[in-house]
Amino acid sequence: MLSALFVVGGLAALFGLLLGFAAIRFRVEGDPLADKIDKLLPQTQCGQCTFPGCRPYAEAIAKGEADINQCPPGGEVTIQALAGLLGVEPKPLNAEHGEAPAQALVALIDEQTCIGCTLCIQACPVDAIVGAAKHMHTVIEAECTGCKLCLPPCPVDCILMVAVQPSPTTWKWPYPIIPLKEVA
Amino acid sequence: MTDYLLIIVGTVWVNNLVLSQFLGLCPFMGVSRKLETAIGMGLATTFVLTLSSVSSYLVDTWLLAPLDLQYLRTLSFILVIAAIVGFTEMVVRKTSPILHNVLGIYLPLITTNCAVLGVALLNIQQQHGFIESALYGMGGALGFTLVMVMFASLRERLVVADIPSVFKGNAIGLITAGLMALSFMGFSGLVKH
Repeated sequence: MLSALFVVGGLAALFGLLLGFAAIRFRVEGDPLADKIDKLLPQTQCGQCTFPGCRPYAEAIAKGEADINQCPPGGEVTIQALAGLLGVEPKPLNAEHGEAPAQALVALIDEQTCIGCTLCIQACPVDAIVGAAKHMHTVIEAECTGCKLCLPPCPVDCILMVAVQPSPTTWKWPYPIIPLKEVA
Repeated sequence: MTDYLLIIVGTVWVNNLVLSQFLGLCPFMGVSRKLETAIGMGLATTFVLTLSSVSSYLVDTWLLAPLDLQYLRTLSFILVIAAIVGFTEMVVRKTSPILHNVLGIYLPLITTNCAVLGVALLNIQQQHGFIESALYGMGGALGFTLVMVMFASLRERLVVADIPSVFKGNAIGLITAGLMALSFMGFSGLVKH
């Protein structure tokens, strides 16, 4: 009788130790799913999804509090990738949050008109605008995510959104297009 | 060597856990809607089943038998299985959070998967040795994974098939499972018991 108690108690204690060790050894820091979602988002930090940035939106998706179709800059591609990651059906972009841009955009400051007010610098979520008070500002093209958040604060409307020009590193061969012929 | 091969063949096809011994039917019906979850569940169960059949053999041979405590078998086996499932859950959560999310409640439910306890008890009943227990557990789990994958593939197609409305959903699933069990009966007699 006593040995039975010892055996069961001993087994329980042994497995308790094992699990306790495993809990420390395999501890999960943060939410790894949110990390993976965050990587798929375009990192424009534009806030069009109603969350204060890409990371909070990723966390909300991971918790199931937000839908996957709230990211206009990412557009169809991001929705497809998120649907694949989470194993759900892809759905069209929610029009409430805006429309997907037809092509990648980048901000350009018309340097003749800029009065150096620094308002756009404060609005930029990725610190892609450099300049000082009463001095001309300019956009670091490589950092700009094309989120258009700098457009509303500009008092002289000197910021334009232009299409990203392909550079030698981003240029791709065009897809082959085979003209369709009508066969009688 | 032939004996070991026969154990594997026997557990995967002839005495398949799900389709001829009717063990582990809840994950078989529950997690077989999508192929990926079925594969994930199969792999998790393979890991748990192999480990648990080995360790319950060790517990029985080296702890319960010398102390004449065989009446504690079921209790201590469940303890072993629960610990291994807890361990597996931590490993899966660390290594594959998506699989962890997809499997959801079914991962801790491997604890109550009757196939796992069934294999541990069958090992004792059939007086298997250490390697035989390991192979029996692994073979049983491979058989489980095999039918899970087959069944999930069938069900993925059944979703888009034109099924009479009375048979839609789980009804056609159960009928399919029955037909699969019938076809697996064709393997009986392949290995002599």
